[in-house]
Amino acid sequence: MADVMTAPAGAKASTGALMEIRGLEAWYGESHVLHGVDIDIREGEVVTLLGRNGAGKTSTLRSIMGLVPRRTGSVKYDGKEFVNARPDVIARAGIAYCPEERGIFASLDVTENLMLPPTVRPGGMPLDEIYTLFPNLKERARSQGTKLSGGEQQMLAIARILRTGARLLLLDEPSEGLAPVIVQQIGRTIRELKKRGFTVLLVEQNFRFAQTVADRHYVMEHGRVVDMVANEDLNASLDRLHQYLGV
Amino acid sequence: MDEIFGIPTPLLFGQLLLGLINGAFYAMLSLGLAVIFGLLNIINFTHGAQFMMGAFVAWMLLHYLGIGYWWALLLSPLLVGLTGVILERTMICRLYKMDHLYGMLLTFGLSLILEGIFRNQYGSSGMPYRIPPELSGAWDLGFMFMPVYRGWVVVFALFACITTWLVIEKTRLGAYLRAATENAPLVQAFGVNVPRMITLTYGAGVALAALAGVLAAPIYSVNPQMGTNLIIVVFAVVVIGGMGSILGSVLTGFGLGIIEGLTKVFYPEASATVIFIIMVIVLLARPAGLFGRA
Repeated sequence: MADVMTAPAGAKASTGALMEIRGLEAWYGESHVLHGVDIDIREGEVVTLLGRNGAGKTSTLRSIMGLVPRRTGSVKYDGKEFVNARPDVIARAGIAYCPEERGIFASLDVTENLMLPPTVRPGGMPLDEIYTLFPNLKERARSQGTKLSGGEQQMLAIARILRTGARLLLLDEPSEGLAPVIVQQIGRTIRELKKRGFTVLLVEQNFRFAQTVADRHYVMEHGRVVDMVANEDLNASLDRLHQYLGV
Repeated sequence: MDEIFGIPTPLLFGQLLLGLINGAFYAMLSLGLAVIFGLLNIINFTHGAQFMMGAFVAWMLLHYLGIGYWWALLLSPLLVGLTGVILERTMICRLYKMDHLYGMLLTFGLSLILEGIFRNQYGSSGMPYRIPPELSGAWDLGFMFMPVYRGWVVVFALFACITTWLVIEKTRLGAYLRAATENAPLVQAFGVNVPRMITLTYGAGVALAALAGVLAAPIYSVNPQMGTNLIIVVFAVVVIGGMGSILGSVLTGFGLGIIEGLTKVFYPEASATVIFIIMVIVLLARPAGLFGRA
């Protein structure tokens, strides 16, 4: 698995990865949730974390973002170490997080929710492009954030982190609990983001959906990354994946 | 003499004005408490002492440095707010992960210490603070005499409350504040320095209490107990309005001040307890408070 990530010539970080995670361990109080996670993400890639419930996928995203209280190991982004940084410092470096529960604020209207995350660096997606991508958000600008449908809330949760200039997006199960037609729309959105040069780390339970958007897939089990499958090999590896995911 | 419901109008309006003034202080103090509670999840029992410090700092500025009312209106909230910032950074910030009870114990204990210090230094009889010359005198409104300073207090308190409300509801900073009240970790994960925002919010809440203290200095005598007497009622106001509701605490503050004033006219025996009776009724009917979210 290590040889997959050999550095392309002229890359800035040691392995050429935009994000390089080594031996990441994390704890919630006494509970040891990550036991040494290794992940590399190259610039412009869409990478998924697959795995059963409780395998540590969400904890990995939250640890990258600095939201898990105790972390050890190494999380390098753009060559800089962030494993002990505060969430706001990590965000300012250009990493944005879209949580599984979406985190839409009830006391803010749609526009306020959309405009909430501060700009972390220049080059964010302009507002009119966001509205082209998500027209519903413009129509419902004055609605209370949590009055939107589940799909619209998911769109809003993704849209608000595109504005900020963040280049690496951490998306936690954006397809969860949504109707198939909305899931397709989310899929189109993620492919569009890739086209625009965003780098995405996506947590998914549904590898059929993951297959339609991702370049590579990491499989997690018991707080570790246990396997890596390139998207083009996914169909050939179905038996293996079924075993990991228990589907 | 004119009468309404058998009550002489000057008496009625006099008490109404007194009620409005008390209401102005209730509103400003409960507003600060609500803002602090919303973001820090701490019930700031030091609030009354900080109100008292606001009045004392105004008095000290005048007495030791010859700095008058108008500068005190600016400097005293800044100075007392700064002590709030230091308090939050050194002590309160250690309590966020602990039970509510510890926050109560700390802030209550601090208020006793602060009062003790001031009582030790200045005694408990109280010191006068003169109304600034620009605001002394009274207007003859025809049906009553209105002391200029009292009118000023009501207008200025309203202005302070509305400004605070506008900042919270209509600005970007206010959006951060509301969002962090709901989900602080996520707001921090968007790149907002939430710990700093919490510190400054506490400082601002404390400054608001101190501002009320400066306003109160010429009305009540400046004494170490002035906060304690007021804060008990203010907590009842906060409970009635609904913990954490900004607009609710302002409206409830003014409303209850007026109700208290009217009770003094129509049934004086109940005037000291009417707010607590209302509190009991509200708690029974709407435990989250009139404006609170359950």
